[in-house]
Amino acid sequence: MAPKGPSKQELDRRKTVGINAETVTNITSTEFPGHYPGEDHSWSLSKYKKNLRIKFHKNLPYDASFSIIGIDASLANAIRRILIAEVPTLAIEQVFVTNNTSVLADEVLAHRLGLIPLRGSVSGLDATDVFLKPDEDNGIVGSQPADYNTIIMHLHVECTYNESADSNERDPKKRFHNSDVYARDLVFAPVGRQLERFKDDPIVPVNPDILIAKLRPGQIIDMELHCVKGLGMDHAKFSPVATATYRLLPKIDILKPILGLEAAKFQKCFPEGVIGIERVTAKEAGTEGSGYEGHEGKEKAVVRNSFADTVSRECLRHDEFKDKVKLGRVQDHFIFSVESTGQYPSTNLVLKSLKVLNLKARHLKRALDMLEGG
Amino acid sequence: MATPQRELYQAPPQRDSSIAGSGALQQNSSGAAYTPSYGGGVADSLVSSSVTYVCGECASKVALNLGDAIRCKECGHRVLYKERTKRMVQFEAR
Repeated sequence: MAPKGPSKQELDRRKTVGINAETVTNITSTEFPGHYPGEDHSWSLSKYKKNLRIKFHKNLPYDASFSIIGIDASLANAIRRILIAEVPTLAIEQVFVTNNTSVLADEVLAHRLGLIPLRGSVSGLDATDVFLKPDEDNGIVGSQPADYNTIIMHLHVECTYNESADSNERDPKKRFHNSDVYARDLVFAPVGRQLERFKDDPIVPVNPDILIAKLRPGQIIDMELHCVKGLGMDHAKFSPVATATYRLLPKIDILKPILGLEAAKFQKCFPEGVIGIERVTAKEAGTEGSGYEGHEGKEKAVVRNSFADTVSRECLRHDEFKDKVKLGRVQDHFIFSVESTGQYPSTNLVLKSLKVLNLKARHLKRALDMLEGG
Repeated sequence: MATPQRELYQAPPQRDSSIAGSGALQQNSSGAAYTPSYGGGVADSLVSSSVTYVCGECASKVALNLGDAIRCKECGHRVLYKERTKRMVQFEAR
């Protein structure tokens, strides 16, 4: 017979990051072969499949929150980092200025334009290739602009006097035409197959109300913008997410009963909804060694929803709670929050990041095969 | 950041009988009260076609010839700006 595995208590201890008043303990996962004598921690697909769980908390188009339970921190961090820096995203990259008499210098204006998030048909964007920049020093020829890797937009705005405005009008928006240049003034000029791909869902800025520049009569901006797909590691404008973060699920263990007024104070140490107040039941009061003996009907603190906790550790500042509560985090429960800039839906981005990770793994595998073969 | 290509200096063209009689030149020659003392001899033989500037005060376009007073014809302001290049300039949006 196989040796008896570790107890449930021991498994919980291994998976819990200890959070003390000043220190954090047991951060690193120990579930790897050879750490615990006599236990098999070799990686297996079936074990991984059995333990993996994914749970959605929020799934708005551009703001998703979900838990991935049962994965290693390295994998969770890889997903996060790929989301930020390696999912290809469309942004304005080249600016051809024919005329710009606004108060903004050409390069400042170009920089501002580059940071505007764009959106459009997802299938059309998926069919668009990443633009490889030519690099003569390293012998990289690079891509040539074509309908499958470059999207052209135009920005042509001229400010003029509004003849029909009142002569005493002080508001520039009424006094002049085009006193403000907004992101909505960008005009998509599809070419080639883009006519078909972006027929129903053209490329437009995600937020039409981004102020690009202010103009006064006689000033003019006339430029052609070339948008390409790039990676966030090259420039932040190519990052598809506003935020992509994860945190570990907080864990609150009440070790000894917290009763009466103390319970109310304990509740106040946490964000709303984390700690609830209940009455001590007759059964609890009757149980020997529970700590509730003779307290039937009294108020006691219970953990309602540790998910909402911010782990502020406020309760550890009060001496009365020091030995009654143990704070922690679950080592393999990652609560992700993925907020898209608007080019792709958040869930689509997560899938894309997994595809990138898969591709990297294949790449590594091929390289290893070559090592063995060569 | 990309640095825009500088435009090369282009020497003003030589006096030509056909240009000398152009309207722009005649219009300016009457108002030229100031003649630079330097290189006067050269200026006589080198008359360029006029260059347009923008007044720093009233933003009107001012066409000037070699030797003309640097002064706006509309408001008399003495600060004139060179016009922006007509060429397209390329930048990286970074």
